[in-house]
Amino acid sequence: MARKAAATKMNISDEVMISMQAVNKWFGSFHVLRDINLTVHKGERIVICGPSGSGKSTLIRCLNRLEEHQDGEITVQGITINNDLKNIDEIRRDVGMVFQHFNLFPHLTILENCTLAPIWVRKMPKAEAEAIAMKYLERVKIPEQALKYPGQLSGGQQQRVAIARSLCMEPKLMLFDEPTSALDPEMIKEVLDTMVALAEDGMSMVCVTHEMGFARKVANRVIFMDEGQIVEQNEPEAFFNNPQSDRTKLFLSQILDH
Amino acid sequence: MADHKHSAKQNSGHAFVRAEDAPLLPPPATEAGLTGWLWQNIFASMADFSSAGASLRSACVAALTVFLLYFGFAQIYTLLDFGVFSAVWSDPDELKREACWTVDQGGGLPSGWHAACWPFIYAKHKFIMYGAYPSEELWRVNLSVLLGIAGLAYVLIERLPRRREVGAMMLTLYPLLCFILLTGGNLAIPFGSIGLWLIIGLAVISLGRLAKRGFLGSTLSEFHALIGLTGWAFVIYNTVRGFGAVDFGLEPIDTRDWGGLLITLVVAVTGIVVSLPLGIILALGRRSEMPAARLICTVFIEFWRGVPLITVLFMASVMLPLFLPEGVNFDNLLRALIGVMLFSAAYMAEVIRGGLQAIDKGQYEGAQAMGLSYWQSMRLIILPQALTHVIPGIVNTFIGLFKDTTLVSIVGIFDLLGAGQSAIADAAWSTPVQATTMYLYIAIIFFVFCFGMSRYSIYMENKLSKSRQH
Repeated sequence: MARKAAATKMNISDEVMISMQAVNKWFGSFHVLRDINLTVHKGERIVICGPSGSGKSTLIRCLNRLEEHQDGEITVQGITINNDLKNIDEIRRDVGMVFQHFNLFPHLTILENCTLAPIWVRKMPKAEAEAIAMKYLERVKIPEQALKYPGQLSGGQQQRVAIARSLCMEPKLMLFDEPTSALDPEMIKEVLDTMVALAEDGMSMVCVTHEMGFARKVANRVIFMDEGQIVEQNEPEAFFNNPQSDRTKLFLSQILDH
Repeated sequence: MADHKHSAKQNSGHAFVRAEDAPLLPPPATEAGLTGWLWQNIFASMADFSSAGASLRSACVAALTVFLLYFGFAQIYTLLDFGVFSAVWSDPDELKREACWTVDQGGGLPSGWHAACWPFIYAKHKFIMYGAYPSEELWRVNLSVLLGIAGLAYVLIERLPRRREVGAMMLTLYPLLCFILLTGGNLAIPFGSIGLWLIIGLAVISLGRLAKRGFLGSTLSEFHALIGLTGWAFVIYNTVRGFGAVDFGLEPIDTRDWGGLLITLVVAVTGIVVSLPLGIILALGRRSEMPAARLICTVFIEFWRGVPLITVLFMASVMLPLFLPEGVNFDNLLRALIGVMLFSAAYMAEVIRGGLQAIDKGQYEGAQAMGLSYWQSMRLIILPQALTHVIPGIVNTFIGLFKDTTLVSIVGIFDLLGAGQSAIADAAWSTPVQATTMYLYIAIIFFVFCFGMSRYSIYMENKLSKSRQH
């Protein structure tokens, strides 16, 4: 395990993938993100955890403009996120996102779900898009479900399809917004296995998750958020074994002790 | 079996291990087959005699069932007797009204006879179907209708290839063809003005393209879709005018001579075909994040929903000409058509907005996160789901619109009902059953169309819910 972590750490380049500087965001008068500063390098895998309502989902949703920040600067792959729709389109093309509730399109088959964006956004020929879709469906180990509809699949299978759907755009960065929180316990492992495999291939990832085992296994850095701020960040071993802040200690004791 | 019971008894404490599977048995007679249906739907509710109260209830249910069956059959029999069994079907001696007179009235039918007088309908059939459309030109109407039925059938049957292309033709070439066939074309429109407007339209489209690429500043770039649509509206309208101005050698027929089912179909079909896309645009506009678009669409919808259709038709045919400059005069039927279209588009918009609101926010976010543009995500993700949800509402609006076309008779347009009513006034067919026969016939025609739409919508719902299983 230690060897693997060391090996993947070497893949991290100096190239900056995400940079957030003094980012603030409000929902009405509620200050939901407070002075967020974060730099993520290419190949890095970040896990964000924290109590509910701490702003972790809002943070990663700002990275592809599903939420608008009001203050500070966010750049993704060197492109600044602002009101320019062209920049936003460019970022969304290269940033995949996996949601808590999968957000598959129920009226399309699994294959159509996967080929939609390559065909319409990347203007790829249909045959080529289908070949790529099948490649990624095989990678998440459900090629045999390609012609079914999302409603016919289990939750874990649906989430793996959602991961494959994002991968079909061949993204440079993947965002995971609590990908296992809506799943039954016996399905969590299959999704986490897929995510671990993705991490081992060197994908840059930002994951909001409560799966501490996953964090220990694949993360380069764990970030703890509370009340809209980054309270503590560290390498996983140090974070779990030797938390510094009282709030981190309290949170870890709540989720680990039972 | 015996073994199993034995082992179950032995383990009568808390611990239990099933030694043998319980047998799979066929269902009792009350659960399956014809007897099952009869039991569940009729007899189950009147078979409980376990107490005095239950017996009373069962007896009441039985009495009510017998009464309803009797009442239902009596109604159906009365209708069949009026329309079929006792009806007069032919008039071989050309007696006209006397063919449907009883002895008391001076005719040959038995005293007290009261049933349909179908020869009256034969005699008025052309008028009910086509109004005063010239007899020798009826092939033009028939051809339009036949082409329409053939095209519609082709598009509705799912196994056929190239349905999309045929559908596109039905929405573009077919209306144009009908317009020329039915009116005769050769309208007095100078080609110069058509050409000028076409060029203006193309210029506006190019402007929209430039705005989309951001050459004209960010304010205009947000409205590029609207600018493009306006340009296309000019181009399409003037293409139609251009075709209308060509002389095809057909005799022009004024819309004042149109009537009957022809008018009903023209008004209903145009209303249906236009109100759906217009309603979609209005519904999207009302949910738009752009305040100007939202305001315009909301005001439009609320205005048209707040006014009765009769008022709209009156305004269009009586008041509108007062505001137009002298010499500018456009067709009474066209004015009524535009009124009906805008009116039903407002209703359609609200039905579709209901469907849009039922779509989970995650669907929008999923589409956005993949980089789909607004129009792509609407067309590919949101609308297919939203429209499926509201098929019953959409078809409900279609059916309402189809029946509301009868209101155009208030502004002097003889639709099916109007034509029927003026046929009733013919003294040559004056009999006590004249009006009833006519109304029965018109009711049957309306029922066939509306019931057809209703059945197709149910078929579509079943089909869609089966293929998606959710």
